[in-house]
Amino acid sequence: MTDTIKIQKPHSQWHDVWAQFRQHKGAMAALVLLLTLVVFVVIGPLVWRIDPNFIEPNTVKMFKMRNLPPSLAHPMGTDQLGRDMLARMMFGGRISLAVGLVAMLVAVCIGTTIGVLAGFFSRIDGLLMRLTDLFLALPLLPLLLVMVMLFSESVATVLGPRLGTFLLIVLAIGVTSWMQAARVVRGEVLALKEREFVLAARSIGAPNRRIILRHILPNVLSPVLVAATLGIAAAIITESVLSFLGLGFPPDFPTWGRLLYDGIDAIRTYPERVVWPGLAISLTVLSVNYIGDGLRDALDPRVRGR
Amino acid sequence: MLTFTIRRLLTAIPTLLLISLVIFLLVDFAPGSPMSDIPLTVPPEIRRKMIEAMGADQPVMVRYVLWLKQFFIVEPQYMFDAMFGTNFADGAQRIISWQSKVPVFQIIGQRLPQTLTVVGTAYAIGVLIALPIGIYSAYRQYSWFDQAGTFFAMAGFSVPTFFTGNLLILIFSVKLGWFPTIFDTNLQVTDWASFYKMVMQMALPVTVLALFNAAEISRYTRSSMLENLGQDYVRTARAKGLTERVVVLKHVLRNSLIPVVTVIALGLPTVFGGAIVTEQIFKINGIGAALIGAIHVSDLPTVQTITFIFAVLIVGFNLIADILYGMLDPRIRYD
Repeated sequence: MTDTIKIQKPHSQWHDVWAQFRQHKGAMAALVLLLTLVVFVVIGPLVWRIDPNFIEPNTVKMFKMRNLPPSLAHPMGTDQLGRDMLARMMFGGRISLAVGLVAMLVAVCIGTTIGVLAGFFSRIDGLLMRLTDLFLALPLLPLLLVMVMLFSESVATVLGPRLGTFLLIVLAIGVTSWMQAARVVRGEVLALKEREFVLAARSIGAPNRRIILRHILPNVLSPVLVAATLGIAAAIITESVLSFLGLGFPPDFPTWGRLLYDGIDAIRTYPERVVWPGLAISLTVLSVNYIGDGLRDALDPRVRGR
Repeated sequence: MLTFTIRRLLTAIPTLLLISLVIFLLVDFAPGSPMSDIPLTVPPEIRRKMIEAMGADQPVMVRYVLWLKQFFIVEPQYMFDAMFGTNFADGAQRIISWQSKVPVFQIIGQRLPQTLTVVGTAYAIGVLIALPIGIYSAYRQYSWFDQAGTFFAMAGFSVPTFFTGNLLILIFSVKLGWFPTIFDTNLQVTDWASFYKMVMQMALPVTVLALFNAAEISRYTRSSMLENLGQDYVRTARAKGLTERVVVLKHVLRNSLIPVVTVIALGLPTVFGGAIVTEQIFKINGIGAALIGAIHVSDLPTVQTITFIFAVLIVGFNLIADILYGMLDPRIRYD
């Protein structure tokens, strides 16, 4: 008779991360909230099949459709042109979230590239870090406003008003928000490249490209993931600020920020048109920030497992 | 310390020059120039003269150097002349706004007081709220007060100011009618009645900005306090029988405030950025509103100058933060 020794099943690092993440109550609540919002904007339009830009062509009917209070046909009422607010909220949410995601991707790609290059090749480190400092010293909001204002017309004529504005805003936000990611990644890479596994890779003749892609990049994934999460929140806020200042998306291609901007004129009579989009932005950003906080704790091996 | 300060000042100069070049080129190369706004019915000769009169026919580098000279030499001369009645400037060409044909610095001089009163008050109040919250949150870590403080801070920098601002207007101005919705910039504080009016109209914008600032600073105070509370000198202080009050508010707080002070200095320029939005919500006729107005009519000199002033503020406060840190913390010696 041999005693059976119970060996715990080996589990992956991501299993541990998830286990730690679940400990963070705020982050879990935020995750549920964010998923609800995502379902609302992604699945919602498949169920609620009213065109957000539909304006009744018959003028008499159109006038009757305007500024309706919430009812079964229009749960959030209609706006000053008789468009269904619920459909517009779903549609606007899609664009807001898309802007956040794509702008974050742009920022993280630039930031990681610059961070890895600066950390790995000490010859260009000084130059790249001066560049980062320069970007950090730029007055970003005024510059973003200037960029969007001055380039929006010409971009819109080339790519069309929708795609043009989208690309312009996403690129402008991405190009002005990569600095934090670059700094964090550079710090990690500086420490990583002195480690034994990098030396081992080098000693078997791996070229720099392979060392970076195979050995360095997977190890800087955690800080990049945290920076990316927080980047989504920042990008959504920046986009809505641009929209709020009247320099964002056109009204037939609204984001939550644009809906809020449109609602301000009628804030006295129809306050809900400001409150709903504002609430949606706030809840999204709040939940994304909480998730980022939880991720930071979960991905930090010093905190995990305690 | 002195050599560090001088070195730091000298490195700030190329940074500022580079930033000014970036701003100038970005604004200048953009296709939406005021020249494209001249109606096509204007004969080509007059059109050429208009462009010439604005100085927009010169090559970009010439205009950049001219603008630099005006910004760094001519305008300070005018400022000096205005203060001491001298005549250094001698009628030299100033930076003129294309929109109103008035020197840009005159516009800034008119607009800045509004921004400074609102932003300055808001920042001071924000710091005053943030410090006690941060201190108590750290002292009672993980208590319900700390949890509430964390949520308050998270909400503070997640909820955008344009939403909180409009929400406050909706509740306190529209529904309750306690405060005016629009900021009256012509109001002169002469007696108690006008002072009361000023306080009433500043209440909402200051609240919005103060809450936003307090969120971030309270977090920094908390983490800095937490770091110091675990140090050995705290145990020593308690062991020699000092009261808890003295330990926390004298020994720990003083040491914890070192990084917080630099954060406060670093945060000030971003507050000016935030003021752009707040001024738009409450219709305050400040420098942010001037910038937005200039952007909408492509008034390039005004946009370039105001944006560059923001950059100068950022670089300047970075410098101040660095030097303050070295002065306050004896462990840090730069040379």
